[in-house]
Amino acid sequence: MEQGGGTAAQEFRPEILVFSTATISDIGVDLAGSSHLHYPPTAVAIPLPCSSGVRPDWVLYALTHGFDGVFIAADGTDCPFVPDCTDRTAKLVGRTQDLLREHGIPPQRLKMAAICSVCAESFQKHMKYFFEEIKKLGPSTKAG
Amino acid sequence: MSARRIGVYICYCGGNISDYVDCEKVRNAIAGEEGVVVAKTTMFACSDASQQEIIEDIQQQKLDGMVVASCSPTLHLFTFRGVANRAGLNPYLYVQVNLREQCSWAHTDVPAQATEKAVHLVRAGIAKARLTESLDKIRIDTVPRALVVGGGIAGLRAALALSDLGISVFVAEKSEKVGGWVAEMGRMYPHERRGSDLIAKLVEEIGARENIKVFTHAELTAKSGSVGDFSVQLSVADQTIPLNVGTIVVTTGFGSYEPAPGEFGYGTEGVLTLPEFKRLLDESKGPLVYRGKPVNSIVYVYCVGSRGSSKKEKPNTYCSRYCCNAAMHASSVAHDLSPSLHQFHLFRDIRTYGKYELLYEEARSKGAVFLKFDEQQPPEVEKVDGHFRVQLKDQLTFGDEIQIESDLVVLVTGMEARADKSLNDVLKLPLGLDNFFKEIHPKLRPVETVIDGVFIAGAAQAPRNSAESVASALAATAKSAALLKKGYVELEPLVAVVDTEACTWCSECVCTCPYAAIEKVTAGSKEVAQINSALCKGCGCCVPACPKGALGVKGYTDRQIRAMIDAMGASHE
Repeated sequence: MEQGGGTAAQEFRPEILVFSTATISDIGVDLAGSSHLHYPPTAVAIPLPCSSGVRPDWVLYALTHGFDGVFIAADGTDCPFVPDCTDRTAKLVGRTQDLLREHGIPPQRLKMAAICSVCAESFQKHMKYFFEEIKKLGPSTKAG
Repeated sequence: MSARRIGVYICYCGGNISDYVDCEKVRNAIAGEEGVVVAKTTMFACSDASQQEIIEDIQQQKLDGMVVASCSPTLHLFTFRGVANRAGLNPYLYVQVNLREQCSWAHTDVPAQATEKAVHLVRAGIAKARLTESLDKIRIDTVPRALVVGGGIAGLRAALALSDLGISVFVAEKSEKVGGWVAEMGRMYPHERRGSDLIAKLVEEIGARENIKVFTHAELTAKSGSVGDFSVQLSVADQTIPLNVGTIVVTTGFGSYEPAPGEFGYGTEGVLTLPEFKRLLDESKGPLVYRGKPVNSIVYVYCVGSRGSSKKEKPNTYCSRYCCNAAMHASSVAHDLSPSLHQFHLFRDIRTYGKYELLYEEARSKGAVFLKFDEQQPPEVEKVDGHFRVQLKDQLTFGDEIQIESDLVVLVTGMEARADKSLNDVLKLPLGLDNFFKEIHPKLRPVETVIDGVFIAGAAQAPRNSAESVASALAATAKSAALLKKGYVELEPLVAVVDTEACTWCSECVCTCPYAAIEKVTAGSKEVAQINSALCKGCGCCVPACPKGALGVKGYTDRQIRAMIDAMGASHE
């Protein structure tokens, strides 16, 4: 109970938005579920075709409209579209974190990791860890 | 306000969902959402009866949007798009919500929270559905001709098979003659026929076909168009030849690993790579002789240049797979030429998979001796008085230090991807970490690449022996023919679009596109970007590059993503 001594019912549960990719990382997220690997249920995914197509302002929008953390489940080297997908997504994350700083939002609220189509355990671990990290940061700012 | 009429169906999945998610509660929570006119739960949304019910609802309630909250879209997206289609609803007005893999199954431990999450997911699906638009597949008539790039055994065999199916074929071979590596080979396993004879037979057959044209000294220098209707350019000697083909099969083969100078004595007379040794065998009529001297003993060093073993800057990390078998076979052939020959095989691991185990057995029965070295302590090769002295610690005898005298050292070298990447600049095919061409999925979509209509086969895709190369060449043939015989192809319409109002043609997006699908056009009084929808794969790489936010991908538009964020996030504020 890091959050100011409330009851269990009021405990802060960070809302996490996952940008997954329809052909690779979303399959890994599916596999986590099929394997009954539990992760925080406040994590929800929006699949996109490729992780290098996430617009920085979507991340900002999410963090100012109810989400406390955004996780980009990148394709890594499995990306069927671009071989340098990881580099592209990483650059995008850098750009997005700059944008977040400009708006006074801690850049740690955005995280990226490569999740392949069989990375079920890895996804579960990332979700649990990210959940705890965001918990330390507390709720994100409200829509301004 | 939305004037949409959306039907929402929440599936129990026979308990897979409803055991953990209170589906009735979810239905009640979303029934009043804007635009929702039908909200139902169902035991199995994919059952015939449920599909029929959905079709009736679509027709009777005049639905113009549909959401099924059930399993992963990988399973039933196309099922329900089909339902929509049968009901007369454009299939792209359908949205699937993943309540099973990404909700009930993932949160079996916290049913109440799983239910809460399910509500958010369905709300997001409805929000997305409200912003869907009718789309038509992109239809392209196909040209019944194929181009095979690379005239090795895989390419020649593919050409004949395509010809058998009534498809005209052009074969572009870069060197002066077709046949590739196999044309240079002598006895081959398991039939013991000479590689050169096999190629001669294929070439003869090809010569008799009217619908196959072979170009030698030919390189593919340009490609435009898209699946089913490519315009390509071959540079043949000094000429440029334009061709129009429906598919392209890439069978450009492999390069052989060349050891670094000094790697296991490489560069010293008598240290040969596997291809060099095979050539020596093929040229020998009787007992083995090298540079005038009889050969009485041979040491083979395995995995040279493979599995991280190399003195080069970027070692190949993969197992080249074919070399163990090739070395075993060479050893057996060498024995047949010189039955008194002493042969020592120094290996890290042996991979004579499947029936090739018989080759291993044969080499052993012919007296070959096997010694295992540790990759951290590779054998040392030095030349003393005209002979080689090879030292190693043998793992099979618990690290005994063993010294072998030999006349030849054969470095069992593996296959590498072709060093020349110019074809890649033209075709824009992704490479794997091993630098070979990458297929989409080895099990689900073998020999296919992300470029529709371009297939890869043979050792251009991975180290393979000739039989495996031919098998994959025939797979690529079947895929090509399936595509071309139909007469047309249909492409997903979920491609990028430009908001020409917002676009100012700063050209930032152009270099982000891996498929060169963005071009400049004039729209009214200004220049704007335009997407060639036949080339665009809908990856969305260009989307974040636009400073004006003028780019989007159909099905994943800016408005849709924000609406989904609103639907899922708003309730937490």
